[in-house]
Amino acid sequence: MIGLKKRGDYAMVSPLVFWIVAGVTILAALAVVNLTNLIHSALWLVVAFIGVAITYLILEAEFLAAVQVIVYAGAIAILIVFGVMLTRRGDIRESNLFNNYRIFGGLVSLGLLATIVTMVTKTQWAISGAVVPANQVGLLAQNLLGQFVVPFEIAAVLLLVALVGAIIIAKEVRD
Amino acid sequence: MITLNHYLILAAILFCIGFYGAIAKKNAVAVLMGIELMLNSVNINLVAFNRFLSPGEMTGQIFAIMVIVVAAAEVAVGLALVLNIYRQRLTTDVNDLDWLKW
Repeated sequence: MIGLKKRGDYAMVSPLVFWIVAGVTILAALAVVNLTNLIHSALWLVVAFIGVAITYLILEAEFLAAVQVIVYAGAIAILIVFGVMLTRRGDIRESNLFNNYRIFGGLVSLGLLATIVTMVTKTQWAISGAVVPANQVGLLAQNLLGQFVVPFEIAAVLLLVALVGAIIIAKEVRD
Repeated sequence: MITLNHYLILAAILFCIGFYGAIAKKNAVAVLMGIELMLNSVNINLVAFNRFLSPGEMTGQIFAIMVIVVAAAEVAVGLALVLNIYRQRLTTDVNDLDWLKW
C-alpha cells in the first residue's frame, strides 16, 4: 500500500479514519491507566502505540510509523511485559492499583488538559499549503547524516551507554 | 476536514492520560507506561507540526526519532532500576521507595 500510493491519498481518507483511530487510541490509553491487571494494561499499551503509528500514517510520516511499530509496539511493549513478569508478586488481578494521589492527579491532569486545549484553540497557526515531498526517507537520511549528524551520533552513544547501564543495574554488581 | 488542532488536542488528551497514570499509579511499571504514553503524545505533536507548518522539511520527524531513541533508553534503564529495587525490597510500589527520606 505504501509503495503504490500517490501523494494526497491520505487527505481523502483521513476524516473518518482519523476519528476512529483517535477514539481507539484514547480508549486504549484510558484502559492502560484504569485497568487493575498490569498485564492487561501492558497489552492495551500496544493498542495505543499502534493507534499512534496509524496517526503517523495519516500525517504522511511513513518511516516514523514503521519505527513506531518496531520500537514501541515491538521492543518497548515486550520489555514492559518482561518487567511485569519478573516483578510479579501477589494477585495479578490487583497488580495495578491507584495510590493516594488518584483524585489530586486526576484534577491536575484535567486542569492541564483544559489549559492546553484553550491555548491550542486560541492560537493562530501559520499553516503551510506546501506538499509533502515524495521521497521522505531519502530526505530524512540526508538530514540525519548531514545537518543533524552530531545529534544522531550522540543518540547512538546515548543508546549504548543506556543499554550498558541497564545491564549493569539489572545484573547487580557484587563485590 | 482534520486540521492541526485536532492532532494537537488528541496529543493533549493522550498526554494528560499518561500524566494521570504516571502520577496516580502505585506500581512502578505502570508509572513507566504512563511516561511512555506522554512521550508518544509529544511525538504526535512534533509530527503534526512538521506536516502542517513546514511539510518540506523533516525537522519535526527527526526530533521525533530522537525522542523515540531517548524513550527506548529511558524504559530500559527504568525497568532495570525497577528489577533491582524488586530484588532488594520485594516490592514495586512507588510508595515504598523511601530510601532518600529521613
